[in-house]
Amino acid sequence: METTIFYIISAIILVFSVLTVTTTKILRAAVYLLFTLVATAAFYFMMEYNFLAAVQLTVYAGGIVVLIIFSILLTHQINLDLKKINSIKKITSGLVSLFGFILIGNIIYTHTFKATSSVIADTSVNEIGRTLLNYGDGGYILPFEVISVLLLAAMIGAIIIAKKK
Amino acid sequence: MKFDIYDFSVLTASIHQLLGEMMGETAVMITEMVIVGIVFLTLFAILGLALVYAERKVCAFFQQRLGPMRVGFWGTAQTVADAIKLLLKEPLMTKSADKFLFNLAPFIIIVASFMAIAAVPFALGLQAIDLDIGVFYVTAVSSIGVAGILIAGWASNNKYSLIGAMRSGAQIVSYELSVGLSLLTIVVLTGSLQFSEIIESQREGWWIFRGHIPAFIAFVIYLIAGTAETNRGPFDLAEAESELTAGFHTEYSGMKFAFFFLAEFVNMFIIAAIGATMFLGGWMPLHFGGFTAFNEVMDFIPPIFWFLGKTAFLIFMMMWFKWTFPRLRIDQLLTLEWKYLLPINLINILIMAFIVLMGWYF
Repeated sequence: METTIFYIISAIILVFSVLTVTTTKILRAAVYLLFTLVATAAFYFMMEYNFLAAVQLTVYAGGIVVLIIFSILLTHQINLDLKKINSIKKITSGLVSLFGFILIGNIIYTHTFKATSSVIADTSVNEIGRTLLNYGDGGYILPFEVISVLLLAAMIGAIIIAKKK
Repeated sequence: MKFDIYDFSVLTASIHQLLGEMMGETAVMITEMVIVGIVFLTLFAILGLALVYAERKVCAFFQQRLGPMRVGFWGTAQTVADAIKLLLKEPLMTKSADKFLFNLAPFIIIVASFMAIAAVPFALGLQAIDLDIGVFYVTAVSSIGVAGILIAGWASNNKYSLIGAMRSGAQIVSYELSVGLSLLTIVVLTGSLQFSEIIESQREGWWIFRGHIPAFIAFVIYLIAGTAETNRGPFDLAEAESELTAGFHTEYSGMKFAFFFLAEFVNMFIIAAIGATMFLGGWMPLHFGGFTAFNEVMDFIPPIFWFLGKTAFLIFMMMWFKWTFPRLRIDQLLTLEWKYLLPINLINILIMAFIVLMGWYF
């Protein structure tokens, strides 16, 4: 059962990822991207990483894709079809992705994955929150604070740029 | 506790056992998924019919009219007739619209509300999925719906639709924050995101009473932001009929229009249900400390009626808003959210955290 669901979700991700980059309509690409991201969230739900799945849905599906669609709607060229790419570019990009695929596939197949004997990590929200704000060993307080300062700076920057007339 | 006699998990367990005797493990799982899906589909249909009727009646009474009266007793069959009419209507298609996106948009919206309603606790043991991040899950999946509105507005290839979609997008993205933060205020009290635990923590009393003034402020903010989230009046400028014809669903007809309509009403139900669960104790009966006899009597009312009653009350409040307040302008709408609700909300959470830290709630 789980395997079947896994293959269905993987198929959805693969098909829509390819469609995202091959479509000539910009808004359709955004919608296909939405499907890819939602399917990724489904993966997390399958693995019972509920918190990560919900974050994936809010941040990527509900946040970033909506932002992308929003900014597409704000531009004037929403009806513009993207130009067909010439064949030399197609062949080179095809070769590059093939090379990357072989490289990654090779690594995955030659690497021996060891099953861990340790207990499965606790992924409850409580535990995640405590780890994020922990300044002891294995705590993430420094990255957490650095990212918050970075986001704050980005926000202030955006406001200043938007205000400048 | 008396109301434990109304535990639905006994029923679901017996169904599970019955199915287990008839077929294999995988088949049981698929059958149960199908059953849950059919139950929710039926619920959607009933909710749609009941809420449209309620809305028309409430609106009529607020305007000193009678509302639908002709079909059935007091017009109760009116919405059934309307549904049949919508089913038989021709699905129109604009010539130069993006067909794929145009047809896809209603489904995105309806799927988002379908996913959200799965986590709603209807009664003791009557909940499709009790995730450990319930509250967060509901806010996460309901944030996908706005993509459907934006796509619908663009794919219609109509300037009114596009403006409506843009307004709606700006509105939902901003008010989502307030909904999330006001729910977080209660999460600070409960210390859990799981709906079953949140309800369990309200056994001694509902949070709106026990959480002092901050809980009440959060409740008011939740109601305002929740009404805005569902694109209902006075925040319905996404479909302001006097200026935008019908906003993002101008070009839709027949069942595709009905999907938007249904999604709006189901979203209203979900917002009211989550509000009832977080602030008014979900399916927990009304209890007062000390009045043992009174509490016993209250326990005999089944939890499902408590839940539906509280939800109906909140839905009535939202309808009341719609028919009494004038529609806001887009700048007023954004000012209200970013300059008033959001700062109040943030300070409110701080106060609540302080109260919880000092143990001042009871």
